[in-house]
Amino acid sequence: MSRASERLYRRRSLVNGFNMVASGLCAAFGLFWLVWILWTTLRTGLSAISLDLFTKMTPPPGSEGGLANALFGSLLMSTAAILIGTPIGVAAGTWLAEYARKRPLGEAVRFVNDILLSAPSIVLGLFVYTLVVAQVGHFSGWAGALALALIVLPVVVRTTDEMLQLVPGTMREAALSLGIPQWKVTLQVLYRSALPGIVTGILLALARISGETAPLLFTALNNQYWTHDMNAPMASVPVVIFQYAMSPYESWHALAWAGAFVVTIFVLLLSLLSRAILLRNKVTHD
Amino acid sequence: MIDAPARISVAPAATTDARPQAQRPKMAARGLDFHYDGFRALKDVSLDVAEKRVTALIGPSGCGKSTLLRVFNRIYSIYPGQHASGAVLLDGENILDPKYPLNRLRSKVGMVFQKPVPFPMSIYDNIAYGIRHHEKLSKAEMDVRVELALVQGALWGEVKDKLRQSALGLSGGQQQRLCIARAIALRPEVILLDEPTSALDPIATGKIEQLISELKAHFTIAIVTHNMQQAARCSDFTAFMYLGELVEFGETERLFTKPEKKQTEDYITGRFG
Repeated sequence: MSRASERLYRRRSLVNGFNMVASGLCAAFGLFWLVWILWTTLRTGLSAISLDLFTKMTPPPGSEGGLANALFGSLLMSTAAILIGTPIGVAAGTWLAEYARKRPLGEAVRFVNDILLSAPSIVLGLFVYTLVVAQVGHFSGWAGALALALIVLPVVVRTTDEMLQLVPGTMREAALSLGIPQWKVTLQVLYRSALPGIVTGILLALARISGETAPLLFTALNNQYWTHDMNAPMASVPVVIFQYAMSPYESWHALAWAGAFVVTIFVLLLSLLSRAILLRNKVTHD
Repeated sequence: MIDAPARISVAPAATTDARPQAQRPKMAARGLDFHYDGFRALKDVSLDVAEKRVTALIGPSGCGKSTLLRVFNRIYSIYPGQHASGAVLLDGENILDPKYPLNRLRSKVGMVFQKPVPFPMSIYDNIAYGIRHHEKLSKAEMDVRVELALVQGALWGEVKDKLRQSALGLSGGQQQRLCIARAIALRPEVILLDEPTSALDPIATGKIEQLISELKAHFTIAIVTHNMQQAARCSDFTAFMYLGELVEFGETERLFTKPEKKQTEDYITGRFG
């Protein structure tokens, strides 16, 4: 090897080493805060975890209680939001990927969807407040679910669109070449191929809304008691955390930590689940 | 998009060889032009595809051979910005006529692509999927049809014990034979093969070529290939295309031994391409 190229290689390996160390440090910096947050949540939250958390209602200041009504409210509203947002989102994403590809209208809708995707959730809360709460005259679980559905919607549209676009064009051509109409090809072949990705998108949307506070403050508000009436104000874990963490009471602080712990674990499990689904991308047969 | 019917003639295309005209063509292109967003990819192509024979399309990359094949089942039409004009006749009917039912065309003219694309479902369902759409069969009848297609696709022996397993677990060569079996399961009249072996190793390629020579007893086959030995080995007729034009068309043996055009000779002797 000539002297010049030896020098070149030495310089490259130095640059390589420097960049490796620098990117490693950046990763460590980011992870440090994440680990700190998780550690604090786990340490403080875990000590506040008890069976009461899941069986008792949110207490008035000074007395014992749990988060049962808030957990139930979150469950109801999140489920309703997913049920509203998913079908519309999957349909819209399918339209974008399969029917409006490279068409100006499709590009416009995709752009607007990206805006909705990054819209601050408080704006969505205010939107639903004006649209529903102000009209009906009271806060309600449905209004909360609607605000959450508006967060779910663009996430599902985006993932459905992207996952369908990842399906190789040759798969479409092969299926259409069998003389099968496009809608049937989409439902029976393309969805099968894109399903793990779409399910992951829905799970990530669920993870996202389970921690949302702002849109619920303006819509579902809060409720100190157990209710399954979606027409009435409804408690949710994030709003209770928000309210209790701002309070001066020790017992409320403990409950807020416990709530944060539960939400964090829930989101963590959802993320793990969605990763597992994506990794197990090998499609099972029926 | 379609030219006036007056220009469409069912008379045999003017070829440089008399013999392809001996029988009525199964499929025929007449004055076919093709445009990709304004780029003219096929220029006034007329070509006969003889029934129950193998017709090979050869030529350098970008010559329009795949484009021509993709017009034969109108698969190009899923892309906006691509359109064909002129005529393509299937048993004398112009398939480019918008009134010609697209899905019936595709059930008569099957296609196999360069890269094997098994559907994400079981081996059995890969075959049964197309049949289910076109015919209502009992479970027993379907089993017979699936077996028959896999036997014809020379895959049955290798997969008969794992029909319920995912087709994605098969090797590349097996996947491609599955795709051929899937196409013939619909009992098409014509099979279009778009470089079916270019992603396969020599052994798998040999099996597919063997399969092609067996299939021509039942089907009319048009194959696009980059491999001239392959065209020479498996086809009865060969069309050489260059820059969107059909340069020379005739019996394979004649075209490869006594090409009439200088361009054909240069290409088959490897002087360009």
